[in-house]
Amino acid sequence: MSNNENLLVAPDVLSRVLARGRSTGADFSEVFVEDKRSTSAGLDDGKIEQVSSGRDRGAGIRVVKGDTTGFAHTSDLSEKGLLAAAEAAAAAASRGGGGVNSVALGAVMRHPVNNIEKWPDEVTKREKVALLQRVDAAARGVHKAIVQVSAGYGDSRKRILIANSEGVLAADEQVRTLLRVSVVASGDGGMQTGFQSLGHTIGFEVFDQNDVEELARSAAQQAVTKLSARPAPSGSLPVVIKHGSGGVLFHEACGHGLEADIISKGASVYKDKKGELVASSLVTLIDDGTMTAEWGAIGIDDEGHPSQRNVLIQDGVITDYMWDYLRARNEGRRQSGNGRRQSYQHLPMVRMTNTFVLNGPHDPAAIVRDTKNGVYVAKLGGGQVDTASGDFVFGMTEAYLIENGEITEPLRDGNLIGNGPQVLRDIDLLGNDFAMGNPGTCGKDGQGVPVGDGQPTLRVKSLTIGGTAA
Amino acid sequence: MTIEVPELQAIADRIVRQAKPGEQIEAYVGRGGETSVRVYEGDLEHFVSAQSDGVGIRVIKDGRTGTAYAGTLDATAIAEVLAEARDNVQFGTQDEFAGLATPDGVAVVPQKFWDEELANYATEGKVDLTKDLERRALAADSRVRTESANYDDSWDESAFATTTGIRASGRSNSCYVSVVTLADDGDETQTGFGFSVGDSPKDFDLDKAAREAADRATRLLGATKPATKRTTIVLDPYVTSQFISILSSAFNGENVSKGRSIFAERLGEQVAVPFFTLVDDPTNKLAYTATDIDGEGLAARRNVLIKDGVLQMFVQSSYSARRMKTTSTGNATRGGFAGSPGVGCLAMQVAPGTKSQAELIADIDDGVLIQEVSGLHSGVNPISGDFSTGASGMTIVNGAVGAPIREFTIGSTLQRMLQDIVAIGNDIDWLPMRAVGLSLVINDVTISGS
Repeated sequence: MSNNENLLVAPDVLSRVLARGRSTGADFSEVFVEDKRSTSAGLDDGKIEQVSSGRDRGAGIRVVKGDTTGFAHTSDLSEKGLLAAAEAAAAAASRGGGGVNSVALGAVMRHPVNNIEKWPDEVTKREKVALLQRVDAAARGVHKAIVQVSAGYGDSRKRILIANSEGVLAADEQVRTLLRVSVVASGDGGMQTGFQSLGHTIGFEVFDQNDVEELARSAAQQAVTKLSARPAPSGSLPVVIKHGSGGVLFHEACGHGLEADIISKGASVYKDKKGELVASSLVTLIDDGTMTAEWGAIGIDDEGHPSQRNVLIQDGVITDYMWDYLRARNEGRRQSGNGRRQSYQHLPMVRMTNTFVLNGPHDPAAIVRDTKNGVYVAKLGGGQVDTASGDFVFGMTEAYLIENGEITEPLRDGNLIGNGPQVLRDIDLLGNDFAMGNPGTCGKDGQGVPVGDGQPTLRVKSLTIGGTAA
Repeated sequence: MTIEVPELQAIADRIVRQAKPGEQIEAYVGRGGETSVRVYEGDLEHFVSAQSDGVGIRVIKDGRTGTAYAGTLDATAIAEVLAEARDNVQFGTQDEFAGLATPDGVAVVPQKFWDEELANYATEGKVDLTKDLERRALAADSRVRTESANYDDSWDESAFATTTGIRASGRSNSCYVSVVTLADDGDETQTGFGFSVGDSPKDFDLDKAAREAADRATRLLGATKPATKRTTIVLDPYVTSQFISILSSAFNGENVSKGRSIFAERLGEQVAVPFFTLVDDPTNKLAYTATDIDGEGLAARRNVLIKDGVLQMFVQSSYSARRMKTTSTGNATRGGFAGSPGVGCLAMQVAPGTKSQAELIADIDDGVLIQEVSGLHSGVNPISGDFSTGASGMTIVNGAVGAPIREFTIGSTLQRMLQDIVAIGNDIDWLPMRAVGLSLVINDVTISGS
């Protein structure tokens, strides 16, 4: 069993803990073990305010009996600590009954999707701090209107181990490296902000492959440009979204609504729509956890299932939903590698990984040229969706007017609002310039997980823009 | 923190005693637990019972700061955390304002944060009342289904110690129930929710939570998209609470000193209408976020932020206060053992007016009642003041509530909205948020729709 070297908990202990989890007659038990080390550094007002180190280590134990899930977690990874948590989870899942099981585990399954060159914990803190100082200098150098720069660096190295009573034994090592910069510019009309970030599931080599000074200058330029921005229009207009900046639109407009846990409770506007045309036939939507180095890439999901590429919408037709263990089991099908959780202290549920729309046929420059009047969105903020009605919003943090087929004046920040199925049908032009976007954190039911998104330049023929100008 | 926790205090004290000459150390030790019950269609969907603990250490030497935390109270791990925090110090930039808080003599206002009845409440009872809540929501309206009914409680113990002589420990617990509903009409489905909070389950108003959840889901059935226009809006208490919370960052002394507040340079100026008064008062036990000490261990206190429309002050931690050459206002914030202190308002309250929501609406010929907003994190920029959120609610026609509307935005700027307030309701609702709720009437807001 040389493959079992360096596991966070020995397989024989896991077997006994899983068996204890089923001691009250449960039909499924699972142990999720995590050991995460993280480093973060913050720069603000020209100073490195602090470097911080963190360690999170523990196990979550899930026991399922019929339709009921019991869950307990512990930071004590000794056999005694794990058995106590298993008993608590078993009691939680059960109102009586009883049974004894033994659990046989297979060899460890690993499914690495990223190749780490510079492990972040092997890079000195001095190099990490120096990165922030370069970012600060580059942003401040853009314009005299820049009055404040704040930048953050973060990395984590997380080892996970999952075992369950069906014999699954799987391990992964997940690395994340992140840099973000926020800039404030001040002018006659008040203050404006710019923001950029860079995050990948690889190590410190990400900073050899990306120009952090350019990232900083771009955030600074965004703030300076917005100093002369006019209020965004109000009402409905055609909206062109720049490639690599609008994946959040799909994340909100249909991603959440294609999650099987939401579908199974009839809380999605896409329920009972498999096989139906729900979007413009230009749209093919993928969720792909194997996408190397992207922010939502994972070797295995948090239930021990290997990540995979899932086609959710093909040429406008829903082909499948996303699945975790429980929802797949209820439907008698395979899970899709979308069972994720924030940490060992959380229950897994259906989550996206990297969600994106594939290239279409159109020339991105022509998409703008063919839009007489509208809004060009170069950078989106976050979003929010009501999956049942399909209504969703997303913020624009860098946007311009389109007048007579040309990008003209910058616009102040605002939200856009639309209804998912309507917006998907209203995508009438789709570019051939696909790009992934910035790292994101997706929130659902109180848990945050890292996700990626991407799309080519596209046009929605009508979206409601939440500005104040007539 | 009226109940002390000697065991955790001893751990915090032990860490601080290890300070070397010239070193300031702050230790925060925490332990907590939670119960989470979810019921769906009459059955228990999940039951979570969990405990966690951890320690966070901040070390300051020669004006440089380093921090570290670990999610365990294991003695070896604590030693590693202290070593890591010390190691991190060398990478900080020297900052003349860096440092821990020092005792300021302000007396702590004692409050009760621990409920023995909740601590001893039987598990079966928690499951039963969650099932009861789901049944009541279903009974409230035949068009209503549920997505989940939930009971959640948590308890927390923490201890705090510094080399500057601040020591405090305490224990708190709390609980709430919530229900998420769906209402169907043909192809259309709308969502609602209701909740109730209390010191213990005996305080829950299950009927109110169920009724509100059913109302929220059903009232939007058949809603249409309104036309774009400028109009008067009435913010429901639940929406006002979210709106006021956004203002917190503008009062934050650290943001002010770093040029990130719309209120910088405006002390003593009329920033809101003359009948608008806003206080931050965590000593008021009615506030959901009431606390007795702040994130640096100083006494929490009542601060008047805006009086009769005039900006009175900014809120400060010891660090932001040193930057601004003033003293802490007891407004350090902290997100548990893993977080470092920041600055913020703790429990914001708008002084109420005299009219009920119905009376406020009766004064409006043409307007919109805003009952929910979305995308506050993506469409509001507290630094520029730009304000744009998704919204849903009801039209107001000739002094009465009319038809439901959805899929539109409301837009203005934070600066203008404070000057465009025309009336404040008397309908105070102590919601589980950072700011109290009440109805607020604002003029000249852009509704963006079709």
